[in-house]
Formats: sequence, C-alpha cells, structure tokens
Amino acid sequence: MRAYHACMLVQLSHPTRTVEVKGPKKVKDLLRDLHLVVEAHLVIRGEELVTEDEMISDKDRIEIRPVISGGS
Amino acid sequence: MNCTKCKSKAVIKLPRHHAAFCKSCFNGFVHDQVARAINSQKMFCEEDRILVAVSGGKDSLALWDILLKLGYKADALYVNLGIGRYSERSQDKVRQFAGTTAAPLGSALHTHTVQQEEGAGIRELSMLVHRPTCSACGTIKRYQFNRAAIEHDYDVMATGHNLDDEAARLLGNVLHWQEEYLDKQGPSLPASVEGFAKKVKPLYRLTERELAAYCVLNRIDYIVEECPMAQGARTLLYKEVLNRLETESPGTKQTFYWGFLDRQKKESTRQTMTEKDQTVLRPCATCGQPTTAEVCSYCKLMVKAKATTPHVGR
Repeated sequence: MRAYHACMLVQLSHPTRTVEVKGPKKVKDLLRDLHLVVEAHLVIRGEELVTEDEMISDKDRIEIRPVISGGS
Repeated sequence: MNCTKCKSKAVIKLPRHHAAFCKSCFNGFVHDQVARAINSQKMFCEEDRILVAVSGGKDSLALWDILLKLGYKADALYVNLGIGRYSERSQDKVRQFAGTTAAPLGSALHTHTVQQEEGAGIRELSMLVHRPTCSACGTIKRYQFNRAAIEHDYDVMATGHNLDDEAARLLGNVLHWQEEYLDKQGPSLPASVEGFAKKVKPLYRLTERELAAYCVLNRIDYIVEECPMAQGARTLLYKEVLNRLETESPGTKQTFYWGFLDRQKKESTRQTMTEKDQTVLRPCATCGQPTTAEVCSYCKLMVKAKATTPHVGR
C-alpha cells in the first residue's frame, strides 16, 4: 500500500528518479517548474496520457517520459 | 481539451497541426501520415515484401506495428550490437512485440548478433578502430540491414527515422556545409546499383513525441532508456535546440525538413540519385556490397579491428 504523501510523486528518467511536487497544478506548469520542454516529453498519469491543460493533484502517480533518442 | 475531430476528451495536443486528438482519432492521424508518406514518395506497394530495421525503441516498433495494421507484408531484423544489458533489454522488447503482435499477423523476426559474427561487440570494435561508437554503429547497422535485405530478397528496407531525426541531421549537415550528404537526406533512396536495397523512411512526417505517444496509447512496450553509447552525441544537442524552437514556434521542424525536400524535388535538372550512384559506386573488393572506395567502410573497420586484436573477425 502506498504511504500517504502530501505531494504528488513524479517519476523522471535519464537518470531514473522520483521527485515530490506540491499539487494541484496544470501539466504545463509542472513541466515549466521542472524546466522541461513540452515537445520533448510525454506526461502519463497512471497509464494514461494527459494533455498540457489537464489539472493533476497530490493523489496522482505521474511519469514524465522523455521522447528524445538517437546518436551519431 | 477536446478532440478536434470527434469532440471527446483529447489525450494529446499537436500545436503544429492546430489540433488535439483522442486515442482513436490520433491513431487515425498517425496511420494517415504514414500512408501519405508511403504514397507521396512511392516507397512501396501492397505486394512488396518489406524488411523493417528494429531496435526495441519506440520508432521502429511503432513503424512495424503501423505497417502491419495498414496491411503490408512487413518482417523485421534486429541487430544485437553487444552493448551489455542495454542490448539484452532492447532485444527482449523486440522479441515480446514479435511474439505477441507480429507473429499472429504472419510476420517474421530475423536476428543478427555482431559479437557472434565478428567476435566483438560495438564497444570493443569502436575502441579498436578509434572511431566514435555512434559512427561505427551506423556503419555496422547499414551493412547488416542492407545485406539481410538483399540475401532474403526483400523489395525494400524501412527504418524508423522520424521528423526529429531528419531535421536534426539536416541541421548538422547545413551547419557544417556537408553538401555531399544532402542528396541522401530524402525519405526514399533507390536501389540504384546491384547489391543495394531500396531504403525508405515512412515516419518522416511524424515527430518523436507523436511516436512515443502512439506506443503509450497502443501499449507497445519499448525501451525508454537512452543508449549508453549515445550520451553527449551531437544529434541530441541539435534535437534539443530544434525542440526549443518548436515550442516557441510550432511547425518549425516540419517547415525546415519538408521545405528542404520541396527544394530538392524542384532541382529537376540535376543528375538523378540513381545516375549519380551508378557513376561513383562499385562492388567492394572484399564483400561485394556497393561502395565508393576499393573496400567498403564495414570491411575496412573489420580489417583494422582484426589487425589490432586477432579474435575479431574470425
């Protein structure tokens, strides 16, 4: 069972880590606060994609997934 | 935010198209963009046998999925480059997709392992020949995919290069005025000489973000972690810069790359790529694949690696 958190848990990649963020707030504000560019990330609540105007709250489990890849 | 087409709840916003879509309409949008790419660039037809180059990443697995859903005969090739646990995990993703989605639709997966074929993985090979890993990796993959397409008699080879890949590559080539590479930046390269498979990029109209969203929405499990060898690669910097521009001015990436393709098309007086290839390419003295030199870059790489370490290239 998940322990009670007064903040939302946000999972980030590269490197993999979890940060706590105080909600509620809009997705686009969450990305801005974390200095992340919308075009380079997807925001996933549980298993569902959410748009930038969606409001997310402290009870939500959020993954911010980077979409950029490639070398050379 | 509601879907521009059906007015139900949207799951993704696409500023460059002034649109937002629900899952169903987004899938329709993605399939439509790929169909437009295939038809407008005359990439292949329904009867053609396609070999998809898969890596376990979002783009190539999405491409395999889309081609099968559009009804094409698409098999795939995975090249295990020997990058430790990263290669193991990416191969697992490919196997899983092949077993659960592709095989039931009659599609086959081929696998090549560089370590088995050449006696060393990409890390060791690139160190032995003192070349950046991504550069050696590109040479090895191009060789392996072309060889497999020719040996298994596929009509065309398809890669998962997307709009971000092509715009970043174009930016790099323009910044360094590498004009000789611009000819090869089109999404459809002909089988210009004996031994060269036709190569196409059906995802050139879609961004990385759209393809990642397609995978998430359709539960396609891909390797999210970045290749450890690609850290610090120049391409990633170009993509970052382009994404900052795209955020401020939606449509920048497509205007840049599609505009380049339009200009390339208008230059009709120039020699065609096939004519040009036929004048400069000849069979490699070692392996027979087309090359501009006496010996192709893959064989040169292996000769150099073998000279340094006897167990390589046995």
